[in-house]
Amino acid sequence: MSAPPAAAARMGPGRLVRTTAFRLAAVYGALFAVAVVALFGFLYWRTLTLIDAETDAAIASEIAGLAEQYRQHGMVGLVRTVTQRAAAQSDSALGGSNVYLLTRADFTPLAGNLKRWPAEARRTPAGIVFDLRGEEDSGVGMARARIFVLDGNFRLLVGRDLRQREKLRALVAEALGWGLAATVALGLLAGALVGRKLLKRVEAINRTGQRIVRGELKERVALTGAGDEFDRLAENLNAMLDQIERLMTGMREVTDNIAHDLRGPLTRMKARLELALLGHADPTQFRAAIEGAIAETDRLLATFNALLSIAEAESGAVHQTMQPVELGPLAADVAELYAPALEEKGLTLAIDIKPCPPVSGVRQLLFQAIANLLENAMKYTPQGGRVRIAVGAEGAGAALTVADDGPGIPAALRGRVLERYVRLDQARSTPGSGLGLSLVAAVAKLHGARLELGDNNPGLKVTLGFPPAPAAPQPKAKAAEPAPAS
Amino acid sequence: MRILVIEDDAETADYLAKGLGESGFAVDRAADGREGLFLATSEKYDAMVIDRMLPGMDGLAIVQSLRAQSNATPVLILSALGQVDDRVRGLQAGGDDYLTKPYAFSELLARLQALLRRRAPDAAATTLKVGDLELDLLARTARRAGKPIDLLPREFRLLEFLMRHAGQVVTRTMLLERVWDYHFDPQTNVIDVHVSRLRQKIDKGFAPAMLHTVRGAGYRLSAEAA
Repeated sequence: MSAPPAAAARMGPGRLVRTTAFRLAAVYGALFAVAVVALFGFLYWRTLTLIDAETDAAIASEIAGLAEQYRQHGMVGLVRTVTQRAAAQSDSALGGSNVYLLTRADFTPLAGNLKRWPAEARRTPAGIVFDLRGEEDSGVGMARARIFVLDGNFRLLVGRDLRQREKLRALVAEALGWGLAATVALGLLAGALVGRKLLKRVEAINRTGQRIVRGELKERVALTGAGDEFDRLAENLNAMLDQIERLMTGMREVTDNIAHDLRGPLTRMKARLELALLGHADPTQFRAAIEGAIAETDRLLATFNALLSIAEAESGAVHQTMQPVELGPLAADVAELYAPALEEKGLTLAIDIKPCPPVSGVRQLLFQAIANLLENAMKYTPQGGRVRIAVGAEGAGAALTVADDGPGIPAALRGRVLERYVRLDQARSTPGSGLGLSLVAAVAKLHGARLELGDNNPGLKVTLGFPPAPAAPQPKAKAAEPAPAS
Repeated sequence: MRILVIEDDAETADYLAKGLGESGFAVDRAADGREGLFLATSEKYDAMVIDRMLPGMDGLAIVQSLRAQSNATPVLILSALGQVDDRVRGLQAGGDDYLTKPYAFSELLARLQALLRRRAPDAAATTLKVGDLELDLLARTARRAGKPIDLLPREFRLLEFLMRHAGQVVTRTMLLERVWDYHFDPQTNVIDVHVSRLRQKIDKGFAPAMLHTVRGAGYRLSAEAA
C-alpha cells in the first residue's frame, strides 16, 4: 500500500483490470469462447462430413450410370457417354461440377473434361475414393475422385469438384473466427463496464474511509437508495461509524471528567504537602499533612474505582461471565449488609421479595448496582424516612425496585442524574462522587435491563426491569430440569 | 518468616521490601519472571507476592508452574487488572489471594498475614477461643466469660473470621469478601456499622475491650487491650 491515497483513488485501466468484477467477466468470457469454439467446430465438422457423404453418393450414382452404359454398349458407348457428360459440365469453373477422364493403358486421354491423368491418381489403386489436389495443367482444382480399371487396361476416373466445399469450409471458418472475436470482445467490454460500475461504488466508500482517516469524523458513506448490497454495506458501515463516534465522544467525556474530578483533589494535596514543607519542622504538622494527603488519595482512589467499574460495565467485556443470578437472595444480601447502616441513620428498611425467574447477569456488578441504589436512598432520605426494596416477577423476566420517601427527583431532571458527575443542586453538600447512578445505568445497559426513575409520591422509585434469562445454554442453572432419559 | 517478592517495578519492589522488612519479614526480591520462578523453586518461602505482569514470564504462569510442582506456598497476586474475570482467572491459576493496584500497604500486609495464618492447621477445630471469648462452631453459639452472647447469623460469621485472624489486622474489603462474599467498593461505612454492632455485643459489659479499630487499616480482635 505504498501508493498515495490520491493516486489509489483514481480509476486507471490497470486498476480496472485488477477489479474482481473484471476478472470474473474475463473468466466467463474465456469459458464462453471455449463453448463457442466447441459448438462451431462441431457444426464445421458435421457440415464437411455431410458434404463429403453427398459427394460420395453423387460419384457412386455417376459410376452406376457409366457402368450401365459400358455393360450395354461396350467401350464405344462409354466413350460416347463420357464425352456427352463431360460436355454437359460445360463450365468446369462452376462449383459442384463432375469430373471425368477415360484413358488408355498408357494414360492417353480418350474422353472427359480433364486434360490429362493427374500424377497423383497414377499412384492411387482402383476402387478407392480419394481427394485429388488441383494441378494447374490438369484442368481440375480440388476434386474427390474414384478410379476404375476396365478391360484392356482402360482407366476411368470419375470425380466431383470440391471447390464448392472449399468455399463453404472457408465461410464457416471465417464465421467462426468473427464469432469468437465478437464473443471475447463483448465479454471484455461487459466485464469492463460492470467492473467500472462496481468499482465506482467501492471507490466512493474508500474515499469516505480516507476522509475519515484524515480526521473528517462526521463523514458518512452516501446511499444510492437502490437498497442493494452496496447500500446495505454502506448502512452497516455508517452504523459502525456512528457507534465509534459515540464511543469516542464517551471516551472524551470520561477523560474530561476524570481530569476535572482528579485535578482538584490533586492540586489540594500538592498545596497541602508544599505548605507542610514550607512550615517549621513540627512532627505533628507533618503528620497531619501526611494524613490529610492519604485521606485525599483514598477519595481519589474511590472515584477512580467507580470510574473503572462503570467502564467495565459499559465495555460489555464481562459478557462471558454472565451466569444465572437469583435476584431475591441477592437483594436480601444487599439489604442485610445495609440494614444496620440505614437503622443508624434513623431510616426503616422494608424488604419485599416475591419469587421470580433468575436473570442472566454478573453477580458482583448487580450487587454493586443495588448497593448504589440503597446508598443513594440512604444519602438523600431524611431521618425517619422509609426505604423499600422489592423483587418480583415482571412479564417473563424479573424486576427490582428501590423506593424511598425522600425529596425524589423532579421528572424533568430524571434523565440528567444518570449522567456522570451530575449531582442536583440540593445534593452538592452531601459527600459522594456523583457516579453512583451512572454505574447503575451502565450495569442496567450491560444486562439489557430497563432502568426507570419514577415517582414514589413522595420520593424516588427506581426500577430495574430484567429480561428473561436466555433459556439455551445454562449448564449450571439449577432450574434446568434433567431431560427424560433417552 | 521469609517472603519472596516478584515485581519488576523497582520502586514498588523497594517500597514492598521496606514495608515488609519493617513488619518483621525477611524479603527476597526478583525483578523478572524467570528469576522469580528459579528462586521460588530453589528456596523455601513462607509466602510469595507475585506481580501479574512481568517481563520474561507471566505472573500467573509462575503460579501455575509452582502448583504443578505441588508447591503449596501461599501466593498473593498483585495486578493492575481488577475486572471480575481477571480476579477469577488469578484465583483459578492457583493464587490464594488477589489484590488490585493501587492498594494500601496496610491492606497488603493484612492479607499476607491472613495467608500465613491460613496455613496453621486449626481448620479442624470445632471451638475458637480468644481470651475469655469462646465460639462453638458446631452449636453456632458464642460466650464471653461464660455468659452466652446472642448473635445473628452474619454476626456469627463476622466474629468467626475475626477470631480466626485474632491478633491480625483485617481490612474492610477483606471482611466484605470473606464474610459477605462480595467484592465491591461501598461508598459508605456499612462494614463499620456491622462491626460496631458486634462490638456492642461482645465488648459491652466486659473488660478489656477486644475488638479494636486500627486507624487507616481496619480492625483487630485480640485479648489484650489496644
